[in-house]
Amino acid sequence: MKPETKCKTIEILNLSDKQLTDLSKKAVLSLSLEEMKTVKRYFKKLGRNPTDVELETVAQTWSEHCKHKTLTGIIEYTQEENGKKSKRTYKNLLKETIFKATVELNKKWCLSVFKDNAGVIDFDLKNGAAFKVETHNHPSALEPYGGSATGIGGVIRDILGVGLGAKPLANTDVFCFGDPDTKASKVPAGMHHPKRIAKGVVSGVRDYGNRMGIPTVNGAVCFDEGYMANPLVYCGTMGIIPKNMINKKVKPGDLVLVAGGRTGRDGIHGATFSSTQLDKESDVSAVQIGNPIVEKKVLDTMLKARDLGLYRAVTDCGAGGLSSAAGELGEKTGVKIELSKVPLKYEGLSPWEIWISEAQERMVFAVPKENKKKIVEIFKKEDVEAAFIGEFTDDKKLTLTYNGETVAYMDMEFLHDGVPKPTRLAVYKIKTEKKQKPVKLSSAKLLKSLKGVLSDLNVCSKEWIIRQYDHEVQGQTVVKPLQGNGIEVSGPGDAAVIWPYTVVKDTKKGIVLSNGIDPQYGKINTYKMAASAIEESLRNAVAVGADIDKISILDNFCWGNPNKPEILGSLVRAANACYDMSKAFGVPFISGKDSLHNEYCIGGKKYSIPPVLLVSAMGVIENAANTVTMPFKQGGNKVFVLGYTRNELGGGVFSKINAIKDGVVPDVYPEESKPLMQKLHAAINKGLIESCHDCCEGGLAAAVSEMAFSGQKGVKINIDAVKTKGNLTSSEILFSQSNGRFVIEVRDENSDKIKELFKGCAVSELGDITEEPRIIFESKKEGIKFSEKSETLLKCWKNTINW
Amino acid sequence: MKKVKALILRTAGTNCDFETQIAFELCGAQAEKVHVNALLEKKDKIFEYDIMAFPGGFSYGDDIASGKILANEVKSKLGDKIKKFALSGRPIIGVCNGFQVLVKMGLLPEPSLFEQISTLSYNDSGKFECRWVYLKTLKTQAGKNQASTNCLWTQKLPDIITLPVAHAEGKFIAKDKNLIDELEKNGQIVFKYCAQDGNIARYPLDPNGSTDQIAAICNKKGNVFGLMPHPERYVYSLQHPSREGYDGEHGWGKAIFQNAVNYVK
Repeated sequence: MKPETKCKTIEILNLSDKQLTDLSKKAVLSLSLEEMKTVKRYFKKLGRNPTDVELETVAQTWSEHCKHKTLTGIIEYTQEENGKKSKRTYKNLLKETIFKATVELNKKWCLSVFKDNAGVIDFDLKNGAAFKVETHNHPSALEPYGGSATGIGGVIRDILGVGLGAKPLANTDVFCFGDPDTKASKVPAGMHHPKRIAKGVVSGVRDYGNRMGIPTVNGAVCFDEGYMANPLVYCGTMGIIPKNMINKKVKPGDLVLVAGGRTGRDGIHGATFSSTQLDKESDVSAVQIGNPIVEKKVLDTMLKARDLGLYRAVTDCGAGGLSSAAGELGEKTGVKIELSKVPLKYEGLSPWEIWISEAQERMVFAVPKENKKKIVEIFKKEDVEAAFIGEFTDDKKLTLTYNGETVAYMDMEFLHDGVPKPTRLAVYKIKTEKKQKPVKLSSAKLLKSLKGVLSDLNVCSKEWIIRQYDHEVQGQTVVKPLQGNGIEVSGPGDAAVIWPYTVVKDTKKGIVLSNGIDPQYGKINTYKMAASAIEESLRNAVAVGADIDKISILDNFCWGNPNKPEILGSLVRAANACYDMSKAFGVPFISGKDSLHNEYCIGGKKYSIPPVLLVSAMGVIENAANTVTMPFKQGGNKVFVLGYTRNELGGGVFSKINAIKDGVVPDVYPEESKPLMQKLHAAINKGLIESCHDCCEGGLAAAVSEMAFSGQKGVKINIDAVKTKGNLTSSEILFSQSNGRFVIEVRDENSDKIKELFKGCAVSELGDITEEPRIIFESKKEGIKFSEKSETLLKCWKNTINW
Repeated sequence: MKKVKALILRTAGTNCDFETQIAFELCGAQAEKVHVNALLEKKDKIFEYDIMAFPGGFSYGDDIASGKILANEVKSKLGDKIKKFALSGRPIIGVCNGFQVLVKMGLLPEPSLFEQISTLSYNDSGKFECRWVYLKTLKTQAGKNQASTNCLWTQKLPDIITLPVAHAEGKFIAKDKNLIDELEKNGQIVFKYCAQDGNIARYPLDPNGSTDQIAAICNKKGNVFGLMPHPERYVYSLQHPSREGYDGEHGWGKAIFQNAVNYVK
């Protein structure tokens, strides 16, 4: 017998506030009382109760995931600094910080920002480059493999769904996991072990990304026990799109076509459940099930249809499924859809399930009637299922029917603009960071520290992960994630460079992709954490040859429960850092995303994750060949460090492994860093730089060691030559994580040119590279000298993650 | 001079077709990506081409086993045409997933036999491996029981070249030891994974644990060529990890495609 698939009417008109709240929770609507009351008012006006389809539609459309109510809502912010309190009200935090910076910078090479599925900047005369990074945290916590696979699948569809569709060229991924060595007994009830999560997430990205034929070229992995029950999974995709295809235009009368995967019961309530706390009751049916080959077929065929101009608009079915896809496309016109025409995986779905299911690999198109036959033909030729399910109207209404019976009839305006603006309180107390007592370790202890830093989970080689990703499919990855001399040994590249020669015939240009993320700093100071992440992403890009004046960035906030004023306050601080840095570096944000409510419950106690901002950078360069890698190339060459070293051990790896109390978190000094980055770009283009590496986790000592053992070379470093701000001991100079620094390799004959070119910046000549593979650090001033075989340090760095 | 025409057969999950097309075009050929469904509609279309390529990817998701479904589809629906194409001496190349397809439909090691007598199985590491490797080209390594290969695709290559690999199922296994001896005797072993100096490679330079470290084989005649490494990803020196190239601008992958194009000309 057939299961019940009728549409039900939901009684809300006569519900008390308490009952409204219960209903919202029971049906996983994640709507606040205020919002439920707004819905109640709306339907009172209509003089009837809503159907389940209508109520679910509102819940999806108004979900934090789709509407970003917190960042765009009203925030009453109070900041306290040494006793003094100052207040400020934000009507729309996003518009008043991140987006504001982009507007004020007004770069003409920004083609589409903050309005489509991805940001688009200028690549060349004919093409734009699109970039988007998404999070898929909650699903990955419940079902690591499926969660991360559909995470990468989803962001790829964002690129397919930008404008009329871009061709994906590269993926990036960044993860935050709990400590993989956690004792099983310490893992909270109902949660997966961090190592199980890490392995599952990596496999998911591998199997989906590799099958899509998109190279995964850049990323990062951070470990902290704060992510044990709530891992963070960021997936990003970059693509190329013809400039004349950047805009969508839906016309009344256009047909609604859904193509790709069938609709099933997987991914029900994904959008709303992402705004609830995780606990052992969390429902796995909220996780989608992915099939990369179906999506690959959609990619292959839809780009053909695009080039033939067969549709006027496209978007992907992501959070909220058809409800948000068709809803967005029809926002300005209105749309009428017959739900029984949607192809299903199996029978038995209720109308509301069909409408909000987040089943994967589906794209929705607006097709002019006259192209009906042609476009279906294209899909059919390559076995892609496509069905016309309705039509765009001009009545500004959302009309849904199921077997002819109307199951939803609402105003688009109410759906898209009816959500009440919540007012949230935010507070932040700025603590003054205390410098640690001067650290003076012996030579032996320093060597031990260096080994400890290199083998630390947050510094060590991620080769085990990277090799499982096909990072060279499409043949365009000309600066690779793993770098050495020749084809063996694999050092940590700072950024990837894509030379899109298969899409843009005869181009010399390249696209640089990098990221910056510093969860440890966020525990102490979210302003500096955000500023550091931005500067780090730029530094990584510039280190391989990017032009600081042609870089755009994406913001991805992962935060705890924004209903807690302290947590929201730390978010306001980070958002302000974004504005300040974006303006100071002249680098615009072009798109972003926030995943709030990263909170989990263990034994009735609630925990929020350490807040973190991931910044992903995309830069366009004139010549993909004018780029450098990080391994030392030749004995006899000179080593310089660019930028000042400050006493900034706060939140650093060295402090952690040596249990050093206090310490100042690294700050960002754009007035020093920007000119330095501009000069470095010039130097790389002039061919004056043999190798370049950024200084970050583990500081100067780690950076220099990585360059040496990746190039199978040695080096002799004079610690006393390092230019500092303030008095630092050798220990502090070696391991301070001050931002804005690069280590470069220069041929002897070019040394003077470099000193000349970098006049006005801090340039320190540290010593020489040796063919003998031994790494030596020395300070005559402090009588410090320690050394180790390059290969020994390479092993320390390589052997930590070998699962 | 006539334009050499190459057919690049694609299907659901194929993903190295673009770079393969450009590799052929770079060598002066006219390359066309054709979906298997389109070819099945006009089967004799295949004879309009001089060269046929089975590109890398995950045909049909590599469900069941890598390349298996496409191999069965092509063999059952196009078998006689493909066999005729191969026996006519026209160049055929199968890269990575394409190699898996050729082996699993039995076009390799011998099209006249057209029977699967070898396979490509899971890497010993149990993982997908994306890295660059050294390859010993056996055309000049003629040893006692080892004839030099007459594979038309690899003529005039140096003793050792480098190419990238990216696969989870690349371990070559033959039906039995005799087959390996046969392949060696007939010079059908084209590439072996090796160390930088040409000696025996250990993991990871031997990325999958292949029998006798075999990375590529061809048929007796030398026109049907299958390899796990990706020549189409190394046609420009810019694609090499250290930007090396045989003429400053191009990589060894180009030389491989050039051989086939020149052979037809």
